[in-house]
Amino acid sequence: MASLKRTPAHIAHVRRGARMVEFAGFEMPVQYTSIREEHTAVREAAGLFDVSHMGQIGFDGPTAIETADRLLTRPVASLRPGGIRYGLLCNEQGGVVDDVTFFRLAETALFMVVNASNVEKVYRWAVRNSAADAGVRNTSEETAMFALQGPASVAVMQAVSSGPAAEMRRYQFDRLEVAGCDALVSRTGYTGSDGFEIFTGAGDGERVFETLLDSGAAHGLVPAGLGARDTLRLEAALPLYGHELDETTSPLEAGLDRFVKLEGRDFIGADAIRRRRDEGHDRALAGFVLDGRGVARADYPVAVDGETVGVVTSGGPSPTLGRSIGLAYVPPSLAIAGNRFDVMIRGRATPATVVETPFVQVGTARPNERTGPERRPRATD
Amino acid sequence: MADYEIPGDLRFSREDEWVRDDGEQFLVGISDYAQQQLGDIVFVELPEVGTSLARGDSFGVIESVKAVSELYAPISGKLVAINGDLEERPEIVNENCYVDGWLIAIGDVDPSEIEMLLDADAYRRYVADRDE
Repeated sequence: MASLKRTPAHIAHVRRGARMVEFAGFEMPVQYTSIREEHTAVREAAGLFDVSHMGQIGFDGPTAIETADRLLTRPVASLRPGGIRYGLLCNEQGGVVDDVTFFRLAETALFMVVNASNVEKVYRWAVRNSAADAGVRNTSEETAMFALQGPASVAVMQAVSSGPAAEMRRYQFDRLEVAGCDALVSRTGYTGSDGFEIFTGAGDGERVFETLLDSGAAHGLVPAGLGARDTLRLEAALPLYGHELDETTSPLEAGLDRFVKLEGRDFIGADAIRRRRDEGHDRALAGFVLDGRGVARADYPVAVDGETVGVVTSGGPSPTLGRSIGLAYVPPSLAIAGNRFDVMIRGRATPATVVETPFVQVGTARPNERTGPERRPRATD
Repeated sequence: MADYEIPGDLRFSREDEWVRDDGEQFLVGISDYAQQQLGDIVFVELPEVGTSLARGDSFGVIESVKAVSELYAPISGKLVAINGDLEERPEIVNENCYVDGWLIAIGDVDPSEIEMLLDADAYRRYVADRDE
């Protein structure tokens, strides 16, 4: 894997016996011990993910905020410094360029976290669509990023950081010292469980990662890989770019209505999203549970009475439920809880039932929890 | 190289299956190397008893959390039994791949095909070559 990029914490993964795989041009840990064990640790205690492969693109200049407002499906101008907003970047056809989170740093500065596989594409797209003096910069290579996820995350964070992490609200961030290093810490994640994401300089990455793991071990913290990250996000029904989202898919088809504010707004793709909505979508994303044995996987056809009507976008075993779950694009009339269809597994029809998502409702007790549109965890990568 | 259990009394295929002479029949499973590579096994699909297998045929699939892998018959013969415990507890392949986690039993076997399989020493080298 010599040609692949490595994250700042690479040596720590090797030292801890991770199995490394290629992902989005990076050599990344897919698992350390077992996907199932790491998944369970996140649901019951805590897991630490190296997500330094994800990209960060900064905007710093007089037109930074108006630029971001034109790029994202939700308003950014109303976001206060210290606030975070998840949304979509769309093309002129209303398809999704990427799903991202914007972090408002200051009056004229913010940055967005983008999917690893989309960094170059999104950077070029952002530059092309920015006003003059928006100060667009790709800071991905300078940044290490970790996700500390699970109910014990607060205790772990309190032990290694300078600030009162427990008081941080969901979708807020703060500048703290973590393991003696300057860091930006947010109450966000991609697992459906409570937790934090931690941004540090690349040079501090290995130290922060190791210190968190060493200090967190007493709280049940384990390193967790991309394998568990995927099973966790699937249980939470969080979309993964390239699976549920792509440049032909409207965010409304993906069920992301609450992250698209159309009224009185003029972001890129807004007109097309409105037009496609008014014309009526011919597919909708449905969560399903397999009734029979087997595992549904991405690209398996969905059929009704032997006729193909849709396709699975993500699927796999749910360690929490002990059943096979998945997401599929199907006709909107079928995408209603209680309806049934077949997933074609190696040519054999396996019955499935449409269910409400998220598949797993995880308690995320915290003070001052806001309900409403921000309650869904960030959904990137 | 990671540590893999490779029992000396078994024969192995290059598809990482083991074969054990059980007297009347031959038991087949996947090796410790294979189960470690796959990770958490969540589903095993096996054919009906009575199916005729030719060496190299795909006879089923084994699925881990992340991936689907084909199973290939290491020897020709007639499928005389499948491990029914795997339907409810596929994870026993991870826990004990050489005994409780056997997959199928094959009868009507041509002994010369057994001789074509790798012995434990050859299989250990074969694993090491791929596991730098």
